[in-house]
Amino acid sequence: MSEGGVTAVPVVSEFTASSQKIELISATPVRHPGRWVGVAVIVLACILLIQSLATNPNYHWDTVATYILDVHVVQAVGWTLLLTVASMILATALAVALALMRVSENPVFQWTSWAWVWFFRGTPVYTQLVFWGLVAVLYPKITLGVPFGPELLQFDTQDLITAGVAALLGLGLNESAYLAEIFRAGLKSVGAGQMEAAEALGLRKSKIMWRIVLPQAMRVIIPPTGNEAIGMLKTTSLVLAIPFTMDLTFVTNSAANRLYLPIPLLIVAASWYLLITSILMVGQHFIERHYGKGFDGRILAPTDSALEGRR
Amino acid sequence: MTGSQPDASALVRIENVHKFFGSAHVLRGIDLTVRLGEVAVVIGPSGSGKSTLLRCVNHLETISAGRIHVGDDLIGYREIDGKLHDLPHGSIALQRRKIGMVFQQFNLFPHKTALDNIAEAPVHAKGIAKKDARRRALELLDRVGLASHATHYPAQLSGGQQQRVAIARALAMDPALMLFDEPTSALDPELVGDVLDVMKDLARSGMTMIVVTHEIGFAREVGDSLVFMDEGVVVERGAPRDVLGNPQHARTREFLSKVL
Ligand SMILES: Nc1ncnc2c1ncn2[C@@H]1O[C@H](COP(=O)(O)OP(=O)(O)OP(=O)(O)O)[C@@H](O)[C@H]1O
Ligand SMILES: [Mg+2]
Repeated sequence: MSEGGVTAVPVVSEFTASSQKIELISATPVRHPGRWVGVAVIVLACILLIQSLATNPNYHWDTVATYILDVHVVQAVGWTLLLTVASMILATALAVALALMRVSENPVFQWTSWAWVWFFRGTPVYTQLVFWGLVAVLYPKITLGVPFGPELLQFDTQDLITAGVAALLGLGLNESAYLAEIFRAGLKSVGAGQMEAAEALGLRKSKIMWRIVLPQAMRVIIPPTGNEAIGMLKTTSLVLAIPFTMDLTFVTNSAANRLYLPIPLLIVAASWYLLITSILMVGQHFIERHYGKGFDGRILAPTDSALEGRR
Repeated sequence: MTGSQPDASALVRIENVHKFFGSAHVLRGIDLTVRLGEVAVVIGPSGSGKSTLLRCVNHLETISAGRIHVGDDLIGYREIDGKLHDLPHGSIALQRRKIGMVFQQFNLFPHKTALDNIAEAPVHAKGIAKKDARRRALELLDRVGLASHATHYPAQLSGGQQQRVAIARALAMDPALMLFDEPTSALDPELVGDVLDVMKDLARSGMTMIVVTHEIGFAREVGDSLVFMDEGVVVERGAPRDVLGNPQHARTREFLSKVL
């Protein structure tokens, strides 16, 4: 690093070496009175907010303190997290397949993918959740077998599609449509030259996709997917439509109804959602950094091109 | 020169190749033979079909008519009783492994270091052990004068350095034939020399090469033959000295008067 230190201050060393008299500029900076007014307004607003939070008894901070680590609430946080993660995984798996189908040369695949996205993006997630809740009414029994032939296995739909499974399917299938579009945009963002270079080397299609195209597409895919994951965390609050009754919003709501104290329990729920979102954001940061390798201008190796002799 | 004469030393045989893009007739009956160890330099005005011809040789473009043979391979097809059948992708990949290609825009993989760019295909196409592939990659980097840049990402390399890595990447597959599509056209003038030096080295080592370029000096110095293309046909072909010094066709004379 000593080399870098020397080169970083060449002006000063030249200045002292030549011992010339140079009058350095010390100009008066332009004043920005407007900025100070803005800062003053913001500080004042913060003080007022903090004061009201501390003094307004309607916040019922004691109730917040009791319930924030309540065992039912913490369990509900666990369910919400599980639902978020599981539906994102299901959605991702489906979306990769949908995006690959969409860019494939097979028109039936293309069309199927398009129709899937059209349907699941075109109807409200709430409607879809209600539908999954009612699937047992629509199909009381699910039978595996040959169409118009013998039946091999039969299930009661209610045993197979429990409220949890219905929530997972409802959230995951809906999300897959959005993720598929994000993944498709990501695949398209990788230049045709990359495919051609890989093909010219004699790499097989699957290797080109997994090793050349997808890793580069991830750069484009990760930020909006992180957004979607955070969105999913909050969309889980809609699962009472099924009804699935163990998630954070439902549990805090029913406590609030029991106590006739909605505000402190809303604060409990909001705090947990905020905490999880913050954790997701940290995770996203590291994933983005991983796939930014070679792109984001970070110096990962000494750039000694200046030192390299001409051949 | 008839070109389609069966010739024991011919590595590349391009026979009456036509290419249409929609209704545009871009290649109009190309016949061209490149012998083992020959450096064939292709010149011609913009839009004459030079890139298209090169891209047909490794099947990045499909040809509309004719045949292309590289060694024993009929590129892109299998011929059964005079009828052509498309080869599956895997078989085309096998054919491409014997043909290296260098692009005008380098097309290095930006998410991989110089070393990993070079080792990628040997490991993931040929199944060579990672350790051996990386050792070989380092040797190749040394050969193109970039041994000290192994851990650099493409974005940290100059254009000339990127192109030399791209050449090393193609060489890592031990191809029998190297295709160059204007490898120095995207480079600043002071970087062209380094890339040309690597190519001259390669030519002297006996590599069979088809080089599309505007570097007439390169053609004169290392080219075994010079091919002048215009409007999808080979107008003239011969020793570079003859074509450059004594062009037989008016179109060649006109083109050379612009670039020389
Ligand atoms: N994918 C394509 N679709 C349609 N037309 C194409 C395509 N690729 C090339 N062409 C056309 O084919 C003709 C020959 O193009 P080609 O790139 O082979 O020329 P070239 O000799 O390499 O020119 P240059 O010196 O500018 O690179 C041009 O008229 C071009 O517009
Ligand atoms: Mg071209």
